[in-house]
Amino acid sequence: MNPVPRIRRGFRLQWEPAQACFVLLYPEGMVRLNGSAGAILEAVDGERDVETIIERLRTRFPDAGDLGPDVREFLREAERQHWIEWQ
Amino acid sequence: MTPLDASAPVGPPLWLLAELTYRCPLQCPYCSNPLDFARSGDELSTAQWLDVLRQGRELGAAQLGFSGGEPLVRQDLAELIGGARALGYYTNLITSGLGLSDAKVAAFAAAGLDHIQISFQASDPELNDALAGSRKAFRQKLAMARAVKAAGYPMVLNFVIHRHNIHQMPQILQLCEQLDADYVELATCQYYGWAFRNREGLMPSQAQLRAAESQVNDYRARLHARGAPMKLIFVTPDYYESRPKACMNGWGSLFLTVAPDGTALPCHSARLLPIDFPNVRTMSLAEIWYHSPGFNHYRGDAWMPEPCRSCEDKARDFGGCRCQAYLLTGDADNADPVCDKSPYHDRILAARTAADHARTGLDDLLYRNARNSRLLYRG
Repeated sequence: MNPVPRIRRGFRLQWEPAQACFVLLYPEGMVRLNGSAGAILEAVDGERDVETIIERLRTRFPDAGDLGPDVREFLREAERQHWIEWQ
Repeated sequence: MTPLDASAPVGPPLWLLAELTYRCPLQCPYCSNPLDFARSGDELSTAQWLDVLRQGRELGAAQLGFSGGEPLVRQDLAELIGGARALGYYTNLITSGLGLSDAKVAAFAAAGLDHIQISFQASDPELNDALAGSRKAFRQKLAMARAVKAAGYPMVLNFVIHRHNIHQMPQILQLCEQLDADYVELATCQYYGWAFRNREGLMPSQAQLRAAESQVNDYRARLHARGAPMKLIFVTPDYYESRPKACMNGWGSLFLTVAPDGTALPCHSARLLPIDFPNVRTMSLAEIWYHSPGFNHYRGDAWMPEPCRSCEDKARDFGGCRCQAYLLTGDADNADPVCDKSPYHDRILAARTAADHARTGLDDLLYRNARNSRLLYRG
């Protein structure tokens, strides 16, 4: 079974029209995400494993080249920041 | 560097602080409510608050704090939480824990509340309850912190730090870990409102502060080594700095506070300034944020006198805090005296010296309650 990331409990990913970006909301805080970080976290739904997330992003962004290393690195960073958990 | 100017576009308010009430069962002597809270006008109704929340969300606010006073005093809190969550806010309840119950924790969860912050006054019941002016406060806070975690909320524990509890730092941190806090805010008193009135009795000495900082850093390193997610945020008093804080990230830049009577403020302390602030009963939030004289008063840098006007840091720290400038110099336009370029910086230095020699006991503090508020503002 491949590891499946989910957004940490108590955190919420949300599109904010006023800021024209995805934000990650958490207790008394908010991170504004750039386009790629927003696209990756949007694919994190607590059901898809990392390979499925990468495949989904490849389909969405066919011209982006090999996304795998960047996605894995971002998810490692998101784990260090305690934005996501593994299940 | 491009200096800020008054024509620079104003962004949306991203944070809305809803101070639902000034009523509170506790009497903490560092309360950030105004000294004259007892003569504040009627509180906004449920419908008025829901309308304020709708307008704030339309402007772009994403973070919402329910605060006070003690917000649990409001019987319509669950309804306000539900309304806010449906609008898309991340909803934070900032509470003393008094008035909370297992049933309310569950009802708020059902209404969509995202997070609960509980404040403590100390790590033991004796000191905690003496500061809070309530004999049951500590026990109730412990029970509610456990209930909040059991219900699956993320939890922030907030300790206001001052000279009477700063020596408890190791015990405070242990208590937070036992209670499984996700975030710990160790917020040294900021000297506004009641805390300014009691400053000499609250401000830690530099030696106390250094010891506490080192204890927090050690604890943080141990948490990190274990991979523990509990985050420590230690807010040290700017009275020990030589450059001012970028207060509220700039006046009218991100934060919008609505006080219990509907007065709209760029921060929760700004009410003490001699400025006429608008009210949500008579003006839309958009008009207030973008066009009211109160909110435009300290935007940009055209208002700045020296030493700020020609300072290379003015776009970074905005001259510091207007409330602090007003409280310490009598003129809110002045540089925040925390800055060592301010001609009034000696007043900060004098406060540090006083903190080294203070003998003020808990009984000498002026506690925050309606009686003392009326005594201060008789007539």
